[in-house]
Amino acid sequence: MSVHTLKIDGVDVAVESGTSILKAAQEAGVRIPTLCHLEGVSDVGACRLCLVEIKGNPNLVPSCITEVQEGMEVSTQTETLQEYRKMIVELLFAEGNHVCAICVANNNCELQDVAIEVGMDHTRFNYRFPEREVDLSHPQFGIDHNRCILCTRCVRVCAEIETAHVWNVAFRGAAAKIVSGLNQPWGEVDACTSCGKCVDACPTGSIFRKGSTTAEMVKDRSKVEFLSNAREKHQWTK
Amino acid sequence: MDKIKFATVWLAGCSGCHMSFLDLDEFLFDIAEAVDVVYSPVASDIKHYPDNVDVCLVEGAIANEENLELLLEVRKKTKFLISFGDCAVTANVPAMRNMLNGTDPVLKRCYLELSDDSGKIPKDARIVPELLEKVQPIHHIVDVDLFLPGCPPSAQRIKNAIAPLLKGEKPVMEGREMIKFG
Ligand code: SF4
Ligand code: SF4
Ligand code: SF4
Ligand code: FES
Repeated sequence: MSVHTLKIDGVDVAVESGTSILKAAQEAGVRIPTLCHLEGVSDVGACRLCLVEIKGNPNLVPSCITEVQEGMEVSTQTETLQEYRKMIVELLFAEGNHVCAICVANNNCELQDVAIEVGMDHTRFNYRFPEREVDLSHPQFGIDHNRCILCTRCVRVCAEIETAHVWNVAFRGAAAKIVSGLNQPWGEVDACTSCGKCVDACPTGSIFRKGSTTAEMVKDRSKVEFLSNAREKHQWTK
Repeated sequence: MDKIKFATVWLAGCSGCHMSFLDLDEFLFDIAEAVDVVYSPVASDIKHYPDNVDVCLVEGAIANEENLELLLEVRKKTKFLISFGDCAVTANVPAMRNMLNGTDPVLKRCYLELSDDSGKIPKDARIVPELLEKVQPIHHIVDVDLFLPGCPPSAQRIKNAIAPLLKGEKPVMEGREMIKFG
């Protein structure tokens, strides 16, 4: 496999061709905030939080789904990027109904984490206050669409690791929604093995284990990475 | 130096932010030395919001006409306005009625459906302020000088925000200790 050499924030990096800019940055010790990216499953570029600048390209590109090229010069921390990242997080908060004070994921939520990371202490956008449902039909788990950011991590972990393919995205634009089965109540979808991978994969309080009260939830997001390493690289220990 | 004219206001919130403020314990003595409390539901008995207030902490979202009126008055008469707690900053729990299609279904549920039979919706403009159709965070209505999120912000966070202000400096609002919601 060929190797590409590029610059990330002025530092020379050499990685295999086909590597994403995000991976290359991680190898170089540069932190780029992400939300839809999850170690162990494919990348889709849904959240746009991982945007970077590439010299000579007028567009900002999502680093998780952009492959490195020979001689690329990438910037990850410019003022423009910081401003856009903050705006993206503000939009995510304004778009759904996030009431952290009464959320199962309070203190264990990646959306909160990135809000803190980008320095968001309020959102300047008008909240939409959409009307959304909560599905509690599954005997062990629930999904609260008010807290869903449509990152599709649940979709990918269920399809690619559990291979049950319970979840999908349905509808368009502001009506877009994660559905189970053919838009059935989750509890009626026979394909669900109740493995709980989607619970651990979900970055927010949207998919949760029943019986965990506010701020009681603990998620193990490294589980997915462990499973995929175990399968692909035969690493059976953490 | 003249003492800082200091106020706190309680709009549509549960008063938790004010309780957290009282949790400042002995730091309250330091505050008392530096400020004159000119208006506050927990530290003074003055009924009208005075002119020329230097700093005001505003707890709560804007849910009814009285909240709105007071907020506009507060903004007009205050130099440095702090959005105090999640209800003020995000509209938080009070805004959960915004997803229920306006005030009517909410009033009906509270005063008619859940009442013991003689229920009626309170309607006397001189006594009960009308609910606004939509609950809003305060910065959507007036300019805010500092955001202090948290439900409630811990006493330590309040202290870290206020202590620099008492010395005429701006606090650094960064990191989990200072700006996490919830
Ligand atoms: S999912 Fe995260 S950001 Fe949304 S309400 Fe819950 S804790 Fe807050
Ligand atoms: S519990 Fe497992 S099988 Fe069921 S939806 Fe979640 S990931 Fe898919
Ligand atoms: S339910 Fe959770 S994992 Fe699935 S799309 Fe929504 S936020 Fe992402
Ligand atoms: S992490 Fe790259 S777009 Fe979401």
